Amino acid sequence: MDAVAVPVVAKTVEFQGASVVLTGIEKRFDTVGAVRGVSLTIGAGEFLTLLGPSGSGKTTTLMMIAGFETPTQGDIAIDGSSIVTLPPHKRNIGMVFQNYALFPHLTVAENIAFPLRQRGVDRVTRTRMVSESLRMVRLPGYEARYPRQLSGGQQQRVALARAIVFRPRLLLMDEPLGALDKQLRESLQLEMRRMHADLGITFIYVTHDQEEALTMSDRIAVMNEGRIAQLGTPEDLYDRPCDRFVASFIGESNFLSCIVVGTEGNMVVGDRGGTILRALTGSLPSAGTEATFTMRPERVRFADAQFSTTRTNRVWATVTETIFAGERRRYLCRCDGGASIVVKEPSSTTTRRRMEGERVELIWSISDTVVV
Amino acid sequence: MIPAAAVAVPVRRTVTLAPVLLVAPLVAFMLIFYALPLAAMLSRSVSDPTWTLENYRRLAGDTVFLRVFWTTLRTALAVTIGALLLGYPVALAMSRLRRTAAGVVLIIVLLPFWTSVLVRSYAWMVLLGRKGLINEVLIATGLTDTPLKLLNTSLAVHVAMIHILLPYMILPIASVLRQMDEALPRAAAGLGAPPWNVFARVTLPLSMPGVAAGVLLVFVLSLGFYITPALVGGPRDFMLSMLIAQQVDLLNWPYAACLSATLLAATLLIIAVFQYLPGVRDVLKTVPR
Repeated sequence: MDAVAVPVVAKTVEFQGASVVLTGIEKRFDTVGAVRGVSLTIGAGEFLTLLGPSGSGKTTTLMMIAGFETPTQGDIAIDGSSIVTLPPHKRNIGMVFQNYALFPHLTVAENIAFPLRQRGVDRVTRTRMVSESLRMVRLPGYEARYPRQLSGGQQQRVALARAIVFRPRLLLMDEPLGALDKQLRESLQLEMRRMHADLGITFIYVTHDQEEALTMSDRIAVMNEGRIAQLGTPEDLYDRPCDRFVASFIGESNFLSCIVVGTEGNMVVGDRGGTILRALTGSLPSAGTEATFTMRPERVRFADAQFSTTRTNRVWATVTETIFAGERRRYLCRCDGGASIVVKEPSSTTTRRRMEGERVELIWSISDTVVV
Repeated sequence: MIPAAAVAVPVRRTVTLAPVLLVAPLVAFMLIFYALPLAAMLSRSVSDPTWTLENYRRLAGDTVFLRVFWTTLRTALAVTIGALLLGYPVALAMSRLRRTAAGVVLIIVLLPFWTSVLVRSYAWMVLLGRKGLINEVLIATGLTDTPLKLLNTSLAVHVAMIHILLPYMILPIASVLRQMDEALPRAAAGLGAPPWNVFARVTLPLSMPGVAAGVLLVFVLSLGFYITPALVGGPRDFMLSMLIAQQVDLLNWPYAACLSATLLAATLLIIAVFQYLPGVRDVLKTVPR
């Protein structure tokens, strides 16, 4: 049942997703601020992910949209009308919980029919819609099972079926794949993307897994300490992280501190003990200040004689450690002047393996360098 | 010759006597002071004056016994229903309180446990008497001229027994509710269920093992109640245990033994039935006794 192959499912439901607008929402528990001023506009039909470490306020934000928590301050509007005073059962939002929250005393069919019964859908229509949504999550014929008779992945699918069967225009998901193993998680990620495309409804997805966020989302809001640290497309966040937190939370990053000596167009020029480095930046720090330049390990290469372009940064370093990790090899290098730089090289039997203690020149593109 | 490796070396099973020795004193105690007297009592119901089932046959047509047995069942049933109706909301509240607040409520619920049944029954006599606290207040506020008859009524028996047995109802239900995944009622609300439906379709059905355990405990304990109905009840609240005591006083040992055996059998039957309800056994383990 959990195979990776994804059959094409006909577009059965034609309706639009809802737009969601959060305006300066805050949530304080006692005096501790869990969410400290989040403003966010989510477009109709968008797949938006709230990504952050535990305690960053991402789940609390989701719970406020669902109605299980009331904001201390701020407003939440769906399709332009405020919902903060509406109790959860009147919000008409689909939700998938972390541990699925399937009703253990009800069968799969009864679980999925639950939201339909609450809406007064008649028995015949209920039965039809239940089997329709079970087909949608590729579990046809599982009506009579109880949740405890299903595997984790199957329970997850039932939870998904239950959350979409009443055709909500907004679906909230709180780490829905957290309890599953890596392979299953990856196949379900693909399926959720497909379902998002098929249903055309708005998805708000909460996760602490940056890879998952990058794979699935249209846009990601990275949260840290109750605030949105950065909002953007996966490429935006990966290639142009706005600060050190985002740079290290999404993917892996190298950090080099420099003294800013000036700017050339939209480039910042930094001096690192005699070595000149250049970086792209949105803001232009003033000369004389210290700035941190960051770049991704897989974009750093060993400079060979034939490899030489002008728009690059170069530093000399010593290899201190090499780790083979299957698809790639990681080199830990100690830069002249102190900082350490990680280099990821696609593993290959033809590339020369660098030895520990070897002197190397590292090279990477200026456009892959960002000031944070 | 057989190669050495092929010879199966018998693993010496070391039977350790320690666990047996540890429980031995208690087993001996229970045998001497519980099992033996019970066996003697049971045998007396069929062997006095000669081996016969006559005692039991007489019981079936004995109107006094049947009336008392019915009173006992009726009282146990009323107390169980009363305790359930009063206890469930308390258990629900306990499950929704924060940890510290729930701890305080738990202590309040458990307080009656630490006071003797005798003391509590006397307390009810003080409250319910003709010149008791309740009548004094009613007269002082002008709600009634003459004191109401509260003591020595079935109502008094029910009230006092419910008071004493409430913890047995509250604790198993609260224990089940506390262990319930709090995402479940949330999920129900999120799927469109108004608060009453969340309770009726999710919370209540999922707490049924706790309800069954509480009902079992209260009902079984009610069947054997003696002191409370004797002190606050009237002549119509004559329970089986009181009949047994009376027959012992009259030195009618075979009849008393026969009644005891019947009460024991009825109790065991009820426990046996409830033990087979799903989940009940697990809940019973969590209740302090």
